[in-house]
Formats: sequence, C-alpha cells, structure tokens
Amino acid sequence: MAIQQIIESINETSLRRDVPRFDVGDTISVHNRIIEGNKERVQVFTGVVIARAGRGITEMITVRRIVEEQGVERVFPLSSPKVAAIDVVRRGDARRAKLYFLRERAGKSRRIRDRRRGMSQVQGIPTSTPAAPAAAAAPAKS
Amino acid sequence: MATTLLGTKLGMTRVYNAEGVSLPVTVIQAGPCVVTQVRTADKDGYTAVQIGFGDVKPRRSTIPVMAHDAKAGTTPKRHHREFRVVAADVAKFSLGQVLTVKDLEGVLFVDVIGTSKGKGFQGTMKRHNFKGLFASHGTERKHRSPGSIGSLASNRGFGGGLKKGKRMAGHMGNERVTVRSLDVVRIDAEKGLILVKGPVPGPARGTVEIRPSVRLYKPKAKKVAAKAG
Repeated sequence: MAIQQIIESINETSLRRDVPRFDVGDTISVHNRIIEGNKERVQVFTGVVIARAGRGITEMITVRRIVEEQGVERVFPLSSPKVAAIDVVRRGDARRAKLYFLRERAGKSRRIRDRRRGMSQVQGIPTSTPAAPAAAAAPAKS
Repeated sequence: MATTLLGTKLGMTRVYNAEGVSLPVTVIQAGPCVVTQVRTADKDGYTAVQIGFGDVKPRRSTIPVMAHDAKAGTTPKRHHREFRVVAADVAKFSLGQVLTVKDLEGVLFVDVIGTSKGKGFQGTMKRHNFKGLFASHGTERKHRSPGSIGSLASNRGFGGGLKKGKRMAGHMGNERVTVRSLDVVRIDAEKGLILVKGPVPGPARGTVEIRPSVRLYKPKAKKVAAKAG
C-alpha cells in the first residue's frame, strides 16, 4: 500500500462521515460533549459558521454567536468525538469563504440573508445528525 | 520481550483518543526484522542481537553481506543494527527469527532514533538559537551575526585561540538524533504499523530505529510501574 493510503486508513478510524452538509454563513447548533469528573453532559452552542478550514481529519469550523452584546467564537474540530451532533438551524447566504467582517459589524448589519442562491443543491440533504449516540460510538470503537 | 525494531517513517497525522483529545502522531511502518546474528558471551564476549531490515536487490548488496544474511536463511537486507540484551534474554532470540510490531505490544513508551533532515551550512541563530544582534540602534549588516567569540584568554582557553567546542556557524542536521519517551498511541499488528505521539527525526520514508524507552521521567515511569502491577 502506498504511504498516503496507509495514512488515510488511519484517518479513517477517526474520521466522521455523519456531519450534515452546511456551508459558511449557515447558522448551526453544535452539541458539545462536556466531561466534568465522571459526569458527561451536552452543551449546545448555536451561531453562524464564519469559517471552515482544513479538510478530512483536520477540518475545523469557527462558529460565532452574540452573547449579551459580546461576540463569542468557538473553533470545533469536525471529527472530534467531543462534538456529539451538529444541527443546521438556518441556511444563510454568504458570498465569501471567511466571514471575518462580521466581527466588525453590529446591529442590523450583522445579519446574514437567507440562502437564495443554490437552494436546489440543498434540497433533500439532511440538516441534522441522525442517531447521534450511535454515530459517536463508531469512531471510538475502532 | 524487549526488542528493537527498524522501520520506515511514513508521515504524521492526528488521532483522537477515548477522551476526545486530538493527538499528533507519527506513523511508522516497523519491521518485519530478521534476526541475522545472535552474539553470546562465550563467542563474542557480550550478548546482543543483530537484526536486518528492508530488502535490497542482490546486485546492490555485497557477497559477504549476502552470505551473512543467508546464514539466517533470509534474502539480503539493506539495514543491519545490533542491540544489547541481557544474558538471560539472549536465548529468546534465534537466528532467522522474524520480529514484528507484535513484539512491541504492551510497551508504553519508546525511543525513536533517526537521521535528522540536513539543513546545510547554517548560521548561529538557526543552528544554536543565538539571538543575533540588534535590529537597530546603529547595527549595520550584522543583524544575524554571533557577536564576539572571545577575547584574550577567553573561556580560560588561554592564548593561541579559542576553547574547543565554541558554538559557531556550520553544517546542521543530517546527524543521528534520538527522541526519548514517546507515547505509543496505537499498534496495528496486521499492517505492521506503530503510532507514536509527536514528531520523530528525519524525512518521510526515512529509516528509524524504535526501542523501548531506556529512561523515563517520573510520571511516565509511574505509569509503567502501574501497568507492570
């Protein structure tokens, strides 16, 4: 086996394939597993995806939300087992790949228009993770 | 059975552990290595095991090496390494025995030895982490220079020049480097792979030597002791 194939086969053991389709500009809810001592709970972080970086096992998303007039950004590795599930709340229309300009915006100009372009591609694609616990167990098993 | 293996560094990636922590890992294809010679106290005055790794075309090898490997019943090998074993363990190795990553199973920490990437002739800033001179305050054309390398009787070397070993510019890299106490993240016996945490010396496709750690920091030593029971 070629070197790259061997490394891909290792990535395969941690890679998640159950992530729903979403793009930059969409509003999503990230269900984040939090382990406190021996207790585990799920915290939901809802916000606008302002960046997707990397690919495959290293893919990261940056999610921005406004809490008490204060912008909060969190970066999640998409393949991390700590991300229990991702739901797409709203499709937004973004004309660029990185929405860093939103950091400068306040008030009404912070809003992102609903997706108008390319809706035909989005039809029929699941917007939430099906059967989240089973999906999370899969990478841990292998 | 504590054994040393030779392997090929394949590259780096990341894996997630049970706690969901992302670990940077280097993938090494280790073994199969063939025992090509067993050194005993009677014959050689010390106890050690020699292993061979990686096939080589017979015409690229030499007749003495081919004959040496043929004694162990194998095809000519490209790399040979010897590692010491205590007298009690030497009987566990036999000529022609094949060592694989399975023999490293249960080992928590390993040392990896490789040849670092050659960097060519480098200045003191890159080679020895010198700070260089000021960026301004009247410094001209000397920003990356090492500064003074000594004065009269410097470092008690006394006249006639500098003390030997003064760090200066020169060739960097392409030397044998050992990284110690790397965590073994995973062993895939089927594919002959071992995943260790963190980087190892040398380029992808470079040959590396893997041995169980010889010396550990206390927290890691405790883990080994806990496992041994």
